[in-house]
Amino acid sequence: MTTMSYEIVIGLEAHAQLATQTKLFCGCSTRFGAPPNTQTCPVCVGHPGVLPVLNRTAFEYALKTALALDCRVNHHTALDRKNYYYPDLPKNYQISQNYNNVGVDGHLDIEVEGQTRRVRIHNVHLEEDAGKLLHPEDVQQSTLFDLSEEGRAALAGMTLVDLNRAGTPLAEIVTQPDLRSVEEARVYMETLVAILLYLGVSDCKMQEGSLRFEASISLRPVGCEQYGNRVEIKNLNSMKAVVHALEYEARRQAACLDHGERVARETRLWDDAGGRTVPMRSKEEAQDYRYFPEPDLVPVEIDEAWLERVRAAIPEMAAARRRRFVERLGMPDYDAGVLVADKALADYFEDCVRLGAEPKAASNWIMGTVMRELNDRDMTVADLRGRLSCERFCEAIRLVEDGTIAANTAKQVMAEAIATGSAPREIVESRGLRQISDSGDLEAIVLRVLTENPKAVADLREGRKQAQGFLMGQVMRATGGKANPKTVAGLIGKKLPEVP
Amino acid sequence: MALHDLTAHETRDKIIAGELTAEAAARACLERITAVEEKLHAFVSVDAEGALRQAREVDAALARGEKPGPLAGIPIALKDNLCTAGTRTTCSSKILANYVPPYNATVVEQVLAAGAVPIGKTNLDEFAMGSSTENSAFGTTRNPWDLERVPGGSSGGSAAAVAAGEAILALGSDTGGSIRQPASFCGVVGLKPTYGRVSRYGLVAFASSLDQIGPIAKDVTDAALLLGVIAPHDPRDSTSAPEPVPDYVGQLDTDIRGRKIGLPKEFFIEGMDAEVEAAVRRAVNVLAGQGAEVVEVSLPHSRIDVKDGQLSAYAVAAYYVIATAEASSNLARYDGAHYGHRAADPGGMIEMFSESREEGFGAEVKRRILLGTYALSSGYYDAYYLKASKVRSLIKRDFDEAFLGVDAIASPVAPAAAFRVGEKTGDPLQMYMGDVFTISCNLAGIPGLSVPCGFTGGGLPIGLQLLGRPFDELGLLQLARAHERAADHHRRRPPL
Repeated sequence: MTTMSYEIVIGLEAHAQLATQTKLFCGCSTRFGAPPNTQTCPVCVGHPGVLPVLNRTAFEYALKTALALDCRVNHHTALDRKNYYYPDLPKNYQISQNYNNVGVDGHLDIEVEGQTRRVRIHNVHLEEDAGKLLHPEDVQQSTLFDLSEEGRAALAGMTLVDLNRAGTPLAEIVTQPDLRSVEEARVYMETLVAILLYLGVSDCKMQEGSLRFEASISLRPVGCEQYGNRVEIKNLNSMKAVVHALEYEARRQAACLDHGERVARETRLWDDAGGRTVPMRSKEEAQDYRYFPEPDLVPVEIDEAWLERVRAAIPEMAAARRRRFVERLGMPDYDAGVLVADKALADYFEDCVRLGAEPKAASNWIMGTVMRELNDRDMTVADLRGRLSCERFCEAIRLVEDGTIAANTAKQVMAEAIATGSAPREIVESRGLRQISDSGDLEAIVLRVLTENPKAVADLREGRKQAQGFLMGQVMRATGGKANPKTVAGLIGKKLPEVP
Repeated sequence: MALHDLTAHETRDKIIAGELTAEAAARACLERITAVEEKLHAFVSVDAEGALRQAREVDAALARGEKPGPLAGIPIALKDNLCTAGTRTTCSSKILANYVPPYNATVVEQVLAAGAVPIGKTNLDEFAMGSSTENSAFGTTRNPWDLERVPGGSSGGSAAAVAAGEAILALGSDTGGSIRQPASFCGVVGLKPTYGRVSRYGLVAFASSLDQIGPIAKDVTDAALLLGVIAPHDPRDSTSAPEPVPDYVGQLDTDIRGRKIGLPKEFFIEGMDAEVEAAVRRAVNVLAGQGAEVVEVSLPHSRIDVKDGQLSAYAVAAYYVIATAEASSNLARYDGAHYGHRAADPGGMIEMFSESREEGFGAEVKRRILLGTYALSSGYYDAYYLKASKVRSLIKRDFDEAFLGVDAIASPVAPAAAFRVGEKTGDPLQMYMGDVFTISCNLAGIPGLSVPCGFTGGGLPIGLQLLGRPFDELGLLQLARAHERAADHHRRRPPL
């Protein structure tokens, strides 16, 4: 048995929930987490005789996404019916797009290990989401609905349908099979999420199901032109799951090929707990979706004026912003990358710079103290703005720059401002955190420290630099960190001859 | 004249004049139902209590001095594929036998707001699929002119109810002739409006791109009256057109001198029933006598071929591909999961779907679901659905061109008068071909009207079909009214 070396070929389909207040074809709310079937109406429940009315905002979000991914936009787009039977799909057809997608032939550039790779986007299209099945174990454990003991018992063994999600607008973003490693897939997902967040078209909360991926992966011997048999993977509920599933599949398929076996063309489910993929259905018995134009909706004509308006509303994307941070603000590329990865955070940073903060200093503070506090307190940037506005952030930095507080003290001040919402200056005053720069106040303390540490004094006299640091530290400790380091250094030199 | 024999406009005039109460009008129809319904079976359900309650409300509103609505106190029958909140809506199918909609169709809200009194839900071919009302899970409706014959379909219940005086007015739906053909068979007026003229919201879909709701009435004025109520734009239907609504009744009586009427040469085929052809030509002459100009037009893609007594037509072929394709998808939702019939103790999900549908649908509905599923299948889509869509475009273009030269097109509604119950049930193709004259109208999306124009020697009504330009219902109503002024067919009542 020889072990060959294979090239991995990956394609990804993203389903991003569009951040509209209401569903795609009716006025029901899209809010997450409501009790089952409370956000439904005859339209999204698929009662006989109902008709869909297109949510123009959702359409525009899909259009914006297509434009941001450099797709060719069809001026004449329409919706189609995708026919299949499943109890979470009340009409037993999904209103989607097949013949005239919003956008086709786009691309997304990603940076992997310093190289730029272009991933072609096959299409971006609009579709409605299905509902959700609650299987017997979900029903019994659900906290979403209130049931008596008897009620629960009566539902034993039953599968229930929750149609709150049914009709939620989704943009499906389909790549060509252009990704050549799991790492590329990971970076593609991250880059795509950043774009969707920048566009404001989706909140991309995977834990709430507002962003889902399906992956297809095949292996071929390095140098081989022809694609291998493709396996589609479903049930990928986090980016981590995508990465792990792809890694698993790559290993599984390689082992198959190593043994001279054929990889079956099939759909597999990712078993997150078991860390493996399991067969779902074979592509040989693939469904025939019998697509045809949705007769209940009129085609959407996109004129130049509309297109221009949407195009103009597309903000600067993460990659361009990162370049600008590096080129215009002189930021290190790494810092720029960290900041732009979260649009809200990058906006906060830029607002601070606009208010006069020195970019490198501001990014240091944001990437250090601020991000740590946000993580520890599970706060969003919006929460941050409510506690430590950009104005107050700048005020805190100025307090360091003008010597009012020590840098170390500033960490404490910012943390407290984020925790309590108090103004930095007030915190400094009320806690007495002002730096002591007055020689008179410090002279006695320095003299005492020198007297109490004869060993260090001796070392310093012999030219051992560490002793200087030690003594500085002792003075800082004695002053609660408030002593101005420059003043202390000067005083140590001045007082050294005065001690025995 | 008995109260149930009055037209809607006569009934309304009497109610407003204080000569008649809405309650008395409703009682008259309910009594008529008691008298003849056993023979006719026009209704799936009659809501006597609800009707009387609504009638009393109309009377109370009038007594308070409120302005009477255009349909104040008119007893109206609703085809049982129009959703009525809180009232069973079955589509004459076992699968929806106990289905109670949580909402009203837009047209139902419109007629209620206009003061009409819904009296019951009328029988139809299951899901409006048929031309005889024989495909109903709840029994066959009979033709009031001859109880051995069909009332036509699929709005056979609505047409029979109006013809027999069980209701003063009715709403039907027309996908390929389902208003016009039963109106013709039952000797009443039926109008299929332009696609988009009337909201389809709440009409249980058969073929979404062809379905349209319209009035069935005792005379042209009544049809105009009801059309005016249901024509306003509805934002809940994306295909509903925001077209202004003319004053159909106010502009009804007009001089038709100079109107151009086209006779499509393709429609006057060999083998057409001689009495039908004669009646239609006579009706056209009546219009010519009032100054209308009659010319021959050509609708090449609506051509009907006759070979060995068998008819064939592109329009029928295209129609049965498009309509069944859409139906196969529209009817997918009846699966036992959410509402409607569910098979007892299905083994699993797939069994729940297949057994519920197997038990719930009738033979004709299953045939059409199969046809439509096939037409959309991978590998056949281009050959069937796409091709049929192209034929549809050609048919529409023929009409566009014809209407450059004429204001309306006249033809028979059906090749023959009402046929016998059971006569065609064994031969679906023969049944489908009965729709040759009505189907093109739906494919082209134009308005079409059927007005009584004569009787056969055996006393069966014959209808004249008038087709018009998109949104020119008024023009059709004016011509039909001009014919009606010179004829008395609409005054005859079936000998029940």
